[in-house]
Amino acid sequence: MLKYILPLLLFIVLAVFLALGLNLHPNEIPSPLINKSAPAFSAPKLQAPSEKLSQTDLKGKVWLFNVWASWCASCRSEHPVLNQLAQQKAAIIVGLNYKDEPEAAKGWLEQLGNPYDVSIMDQDGRIGIDWGVYGVPETFVVDKQGVIRYKHTGPVTSEDVQQTFLPLIAKLQAEN
Amino acid sequence: MKRLSIILLLVLSGIACAGVEYREFANPEQQEAYENLTSELRCLVCQNQTIADSNAELAADLRRQVYEMLQQGKSKQDIAQFMTDRYGDFVLYNPPFKLKTGLLWMGPVVFLLIGLIAVFLFTRRKKTATTVEISAEKQQKIRSLLEKGDQS
Repeated sequence: MLKYILPLLLFIVLAVFLALGLNLHPNEIPSPLINKSAPAFSAPKLQAPSEKLSQTDLKGKVWLFNVWASWCASCRSEHPVLNQLAQQKAAIIVGLNYKDEPEAAKGWLEQLGNPYDVSIMDQDGRIGIDWGVYGVPETFVVDKQGVIRYKHTGPVTSEDVQQTFLPLIAKLQAEN
Repeated sequence: MKRLSIILLLVLSGIACAGVEYREFANPEQQEAYENLTSELRCLVCQNQTIADSNAELAADLRRQVYEMLQQGKSKQDIAQFMTDRYGDFVLYNPPFKLKTGLLWMGPVVFLLIGLIAVFLFTRRKKTATTVEISAEKQQKIRSLLEKGDQS
């Protein structure tokens, strides 16, 4: 009897591991920054380079930090979703224009619409390193205390907005 | 023709070198620390390469970060800590042993034990299979069959 059960058990174990493996996303590395204070930055605004924005300017507000670039192909597919999210005015959307040419970035926003309340420039990628950015686009959700509460790697889809972002933003807006 | 192609290749080799980064170190220890660190940190874009091997832009940025921190007199531990604070233990090719990475470290040992136990069980079963006891009645039968075979 064992002769038949043993291969069956082995098969089941193998099948379970393979099935789990299919649903893993090895590209998504869990961020150690979750539930930590947002890394400090002070960077020139894309639309007004003489002005600077820092994370302290956003204290008391729930904000999204979206890393984007005009050279990034999947940012293009994400862009309409962000435009829609911006219309709902659920939270402030700050863009981090990552390792981009300012002119190309401005052209992109003119052509595709601008969902960002403000975009800041990170031409040499240093803010990106502080935020643990390794793949563009990435989106962080920061609460009123300036603590990172969620990170999404890769393009945000409208399902993500409905199922994850909007409920989380509503919850954070209710907090003090 | 041969000479011409050699000249052509020599000219082209200049282009190939143009992408190599040039770093200057204060002392050999610093250079060694740089080489050690960049070959122990994972490039997160192309996950099976170190930042020393990878051509990805992020890898170049992280190499620059390592270099600058060494210039500032930071220790290897400081720099490894800086990277794990931002990217997690995954950035280290040699992750520390803790609860979260326990399976990673103990996995090979566990599999080896499973293998040894399996080998032990299989060899023991084989041994018991070879020493089959035959009852007296059966032995009698075998003998009679053998005798019959002799007669024919």
